[in-house]
Amino acid sequence: MAVKGTFRRIKWAILFITLGIYYFLPFIRFDRGPNAPDQAVLVDLAGRRGYFFFIEIWPQEVYYITGLLIIAAVALFLMNAVAGRVWCGYLCPQTVWTDLFLYVERKIEGDRRARMALDREPWTAGKVGRRATKHFLWLMIAWWTGGAWVLYFSDAPTLVYNLATLQAPFSAYLWIAILTTTTYLLAGFMREQVCIYMCPWPRIQAALTDEKALNVTYKWDRGEPRGSLKQNKALELKGLPAGDCVDCHQCVHVCPTGVDIRKGTQLDCIQCGLCIDACDNVMEKVGKPTGLIGYDTDENIERRIEGKESVYEIVRVRTVVYAAVIALVGGIMLFALLTRDFADINVLHDRNPIFVTQTDGSIRNGYTVRLLNKRNHERNFMLHVEGMPAGTSVEAVGIDTTFAGRPIIEVGADTTREVRVLVNSPAGVKMPKSTEIVFRLTESVMGEVVTADDYFKAP
Amino acid sequence: MSDNHKPELDQISGVETTGHEWDGLKELNNPLPRWWLYTFYACIVWAIGYWVVYPSWPMVSSYASGVIGDSQRANALAAYDAGIAERASIGNQLVEASFEDIRTTPNLLEFASANGRAAFGDNCAPCHGSGAVGSPGYPNLQDDNWIWGGTVEDIHTTLLYGIRSDHDEARFGDMPAFGTDELLTREEISQVASYVASKTGLEPEEGVDLAAGETLYVDNCAACHGEDLKGMIEVGAPNLTSATYLYGKSVDAIKAQIYSPRNGVMPAWEARLDPATIKSLAVYVHSFGGGQ
Repeated sequence: MAVKGTFRRIKWAILFITLGIYYFLPFIRFDRGPNAPDQAVLVDLAGRRGYFFFIEIWPQEVYYITGLLIIAAVALFLMNAVAGRVWCGYLCPQTVWTDLFLYVERKIEGDRRARMALDREPWTAGKVGRRATKHFLWLMIAWWTGGAWVLYFSDAPTLVYNLATLQAPFSAYLWIAILTTTTYLLAGFMREQVCIYMCPWPRIQAALTDEKALNVTYKWDRGEPRGSLKQNKALELKGLPAGDCVDCHQCVHVCPTGVDIRKGTQLDCIQCGLCIDACDNVMEKVGKPTGLIGYDTDENIERRIEGKESVYEIVRVRTVVYAAVIALVGGIMLFALLTRDFADINVLHDRNPIFVTQTDGSIRNGYTVRLLNKRNHERNFMLHVEGMPAGTSVEAVGIDTTFAGRPIIEVGADTTREVRVLVNSPAGVKMPKSTEIVFRLTESVMGEVVTADDYFKAP
Repeated sequence: MSDNHKPELDQISGVETTGHEWDGLKELNNPLPRWWLYTFYACIVWAIGYWVVYPSWPMVSSYASGVIGDSQRANALAAYDAGIAERASIGNQLVEASFEDIRTTPNLLEFASANGRAAFGDNCAPCHGSGAVGSPGYPNLQDDNWIWGGTVEDIHTTLLYGIRSDHDEARFGDMPAFGTDELLTREEISQVASYVASKTGLEPEEGVDLAAGETLYVDNCAACHGEDLKGMIEVGAPNLTSATYLYGKSVDAIKAQIYSPRNGVMPAWEARLDPATIKSLAVYVHSFGGGQ
């Protein structure tokens, strides 16, 4: 059944925005210089890099993903505390795609009654044609949806060209096929079954909502006792109480999950607000105030029965705590992002042997040093070891360039380099069993400094 | 079992019963869903196809090999050969490159180190230890004490031909058995051992004439180990002033080595390992840092 109204319009707007972002984001370019991809949002699995506009994520920085997941989870909790399952009703991909599929179905086969009639019709050419068109359009939407996902993992324009000319890797075709099929099945056939039986979120959200959260609510204090327009008029004439609900069942017919909202909040309800639009249309026709079904809290129904005014407290312990957690995690991530180094050093001390005695009695420790250059051009780093006595020699295997006895290590654009570093204590100096030392790396042009702590071991 | 062939309906659930009854309880007839059954039949069909296509049944003296002749052993061997072929190109580069080129070319150095590490674990670790620190009688490859030379070329030569091995190019250096061949008396051995010990930072034995020891050293040992006790790589005579020891750090160990010396054997690897692997091993061992 076609619904018109505020919430339907909001749903269309969100559908356009979210699908627009999802379908077209991979095509946005972002110039990163000659040694990096020009795609604004890209997960480069082969190169082990993630790109999001000016942010470049290395494998050892996946904790940003953890942060994003925490924020996403708490944002869902916050949405729930403010307005119940708005995520389900407006933003969930399953809802959005199903809405698009339902729109196509309605345009081709008509509204609910027309579709039921079509189901009963024999298989005429007209019926076959309409059904075929519907499934073709569904598959097209599903195909674009599956295809768009793949574009996030490769250079989008190149991949589109390769897909069209059958040169793309097999895995690209496979993933498009898998995602096309699942979208087609889930949005075309399973629809509300996904929300009711497959999705864990309804169970979790039931534990997170409370009597102060806005939920799509049938205001039974105003609607009951329900009855047909005629019955209610007759009751009113006799001076008996009569509710505003005319029992037209429009709210049930428009519900994507088939809920009767008049029975109260329930697991199947995805809070999409279509019943609000349907009811408001009817209320306007029968000359009653709108809002018999609306976003309201359980608390308010009780308050109205007691003759108190409706209130809505958005600032509650729950919402404040959730908002604080989001702000905290977001703040930590922002801080980490702003103060992140564009170079890094990891040092691994040799374990076998921990130290080696030389012929002159000096002690040598070996380390595997891994240098990271996160810039898109080659850079030189000077390695210096602090905390060792004078006369200590530091050498890097395979590296001849030094400055004042400190090896200068060249690291290519956007790569890591592993070098073996040997630290020799001066001969004749008795070293303690363990000495704290610092590997200090100084970049030659910008003077960027990164350090790593380790130990120098001796017998 | 009931003889009644007309299906009977269960009164509560309205479902047909199978007619089976146990102690008054009747079994309801809830057949498997169609899609489940069809999936099951499809699996049977698939399995038959699988028997035909792939190796399946054991036979009396052989087995049904399947129509496409698939063999996991053949697949594994093919994958192994492919891996060898893939490494052949960089292996050839390694064989042709000079050691200086390998040292300063990061990808060659990286390959040689990784390849050398694996080969070391398989071939060298039993004697020299997994960390290459050796043990009494087996030289420590991590330090800078090299009996037969510590340049990467020297290490390569030692690897190829071995020490006191049966290879024609093998290098020999025999320490005379001063005790068992009665070249020196026990007292003289004590004196010379104490003299050597005093030069390596050890306490000489009490009451031993070090001056006599020095004379004995110059007469008997200096020809190989040098007057400065620094040894001679050409004949594999170890440096006796080193802070590191091959056969143990004590006057007794020195005496034992003079009285009846042990001469360690390093096998020649030329016939056992391919040239790229031997070269990788030389680079790897040299990269321990003690090389010259």
